[in-house]
Amino acid sequence: MKNMWSITKRELEAYFVSPIAYVVGAIFLCFSGLFFYIQVLQYEYYSNYSQQMMSYGYGQMPNVNQVVYIGFFFWLQLILILVIPLLTMRLFAEEKRTGTEELLLTSPLSVGQIVSGKFLASLLLFIILLLLSGLSALFGFLFGNPELLPILSGYLGLLLTGAAFISMGLLFSAVTENQIIAAVLSFGTLLILQFLYYVFLFSSGFFKNILGSVSFTSHFINLIQGNLDTADLVYFLSFTFFGLFLTQSVIQSRRWR
Amino acid sequence: MIVLDHLTKKYGELEAVRGLSFTVGKGKIWGLLGPNGSGKTTTMRILTGYLAATEGRASVGGFDVFEKPNEVKKILGYLPENVPLYPEMTVSGYLRFVAEIKQIPRSKRREAVARTLEAAGLEPVRHRLLRNISRGFKQRVGIAQALIHDPQVLILDEPTIGLDPAQIVEIRQLIKSLRRDRTIILSSHILQEVSQTCDGVAIISEGRLIVSSSLAELASSFADREGVVLKVRRGGREAAALMRKVAGVDKVEQEGTELRLEWAKGRDPREEILSIISQKELGLLEMRPMTPTVEDIYLKAISGGTVQ
Repeated sequence: MKNMWSITKRELEAYFVSPIAYVVGAIFLCFSGLFFYIQVLQYEYYSNYSQQMMSYGYGQMPNVNQVVYIGFFFWLQLILILVIPLLTMRLFAEEKRTGTEELLLTSPLSVGQIVSGKFLASLLLFIILLLLSGLSALFGFLFGNPELLPILSGYLGLLLTGAAFISMGLLFSAVTENQIIAAVLSFGTLLILQFLYYVFLFSSGFFKNILGSVSFTSHFINLIQGNLDTADLVYFLSFTFFGLFLTQSVIQSRRWR
Repeated sequence: MIVLDHLTKKYGELEAVRGLSFTVGKGKIWGLLGPNGSGKTTTMRILTGYLAATEGRASVGGFDVFEKPNEVKKILGYLPENVPLYPEMTVSGYLRFVAEIKQIPRSKRREAVARTLEAAGLEPVRHRLLRNISRGFKQRVGIAQALIHDPQVLILDEPTIGLDPAQIVEIRQLIKSLRRDRTIILSSHILQEVSQTCDGVAIISEGRLIVSSSLAELASSFADREGVVLKVRRGGREAAALMRKVAGVDKVEQEGTELRLEWAKGRDPREEILSIISQKELGLLEMRPMTPTVEDIYLKAISGGTVQ
């Protein structure tokens, strides 16, 4: 535990002394503010429309959670596909390129401690970004009356998705010594998994079931709608642990090359 | 302290190390000498647990490298060929990090960092970023990193590569100052380095061990020839002609007033040489024995010579 924390601390330091945390953070927060604004504008449009309809005796006011927050979370997940690979690409690739890997692997640390230390560093940085993006979400409470629990469930969904993406990014960073390749591999894979969701939407039968359980988006959507289901939690956690396990195996197998 | 037993490492078809066996006693500095690509780095990486051997065994400090890698890592300091530095860290910050991952208890870390900074002569740069310090200082940080947990065994891969002559001398002195009761293996393809810093040498070529023994033993067992270097005040050419006639002397080289004479081991014509010089009043200024250098041994060894 202590050993793992040493790795985590160094990685966090490395994030904050290089521009990467600031640049990626700034982009992420710009987008999150923008997305929230778009959703609020959409809400305004719907509510004007609803008011007109209600003056004729139809319909009801739109739900803030439904219109603003679900849309907001969905956008954020899309931008994570871009942001997470940028956070993870350096983690192992750079150690391999500069040879510092040799220092870590000849120290009395287990590979598991190294992998989980690095994972935790990215996860903590991601949590900081997520909390900062929550500032936009707070505005909903200042000017409206959204329900809290579905929002928390949505944030849990973002957290789990982020953790899964980070473990995948870590794996791709471990297989190459080129940061760009690591980033492109994780970005490409995440995008493909994302598009599987659209195949899922328009397919049918057995195939649809399989795609539904493979695609992270369908699990994510359950969570942002406030449906807390163990199946979805298990999906994200096993995705994450599988990624970490593969990363550990990749690093360990290098001894035997 | 360090035992290698028929160590073999294959990278696919390529055999980098072939059945390497040698032993380094406690407190010795051993040079691992060989041309580039002869398997020095691979051997060291196996000893440090960074690579696994294909066949054979190795142990450090009584611990098997494959069965108890963590025990070995605790008593071993390692300077890889590419010094493993994080450019964005300061010198002391980096050493603090290394102290943590080498599992020095929290209460002793500050002291360990301070001691290492001093031992490696890094006090003047302790607050500078690793990316900004000179090559010589980087090498010192690399050695400091290997040293911080006060290991019993040090493995240094090409510790002076890429340094300027003044820095090379400094690093060699640093290495010598580290020995105390430590066992040190350093690799080099520079002969001088080994003859100046080490007690013994293991010469390898194409992954095979040519010879491993102490320098003194090596010099005496290897020399089947003896010789002297003479310096006279006058008549270098005349002296050379005279020396060629001395019984036993079969090789005479003359350069101005300096002569190099050689003969097969066992025949000792030194008395005769001296009496001739004094008879002819050539004015002897200097006479010293010619000892075989590591260079002679090395070149002979890697050119396919068998030993003993």
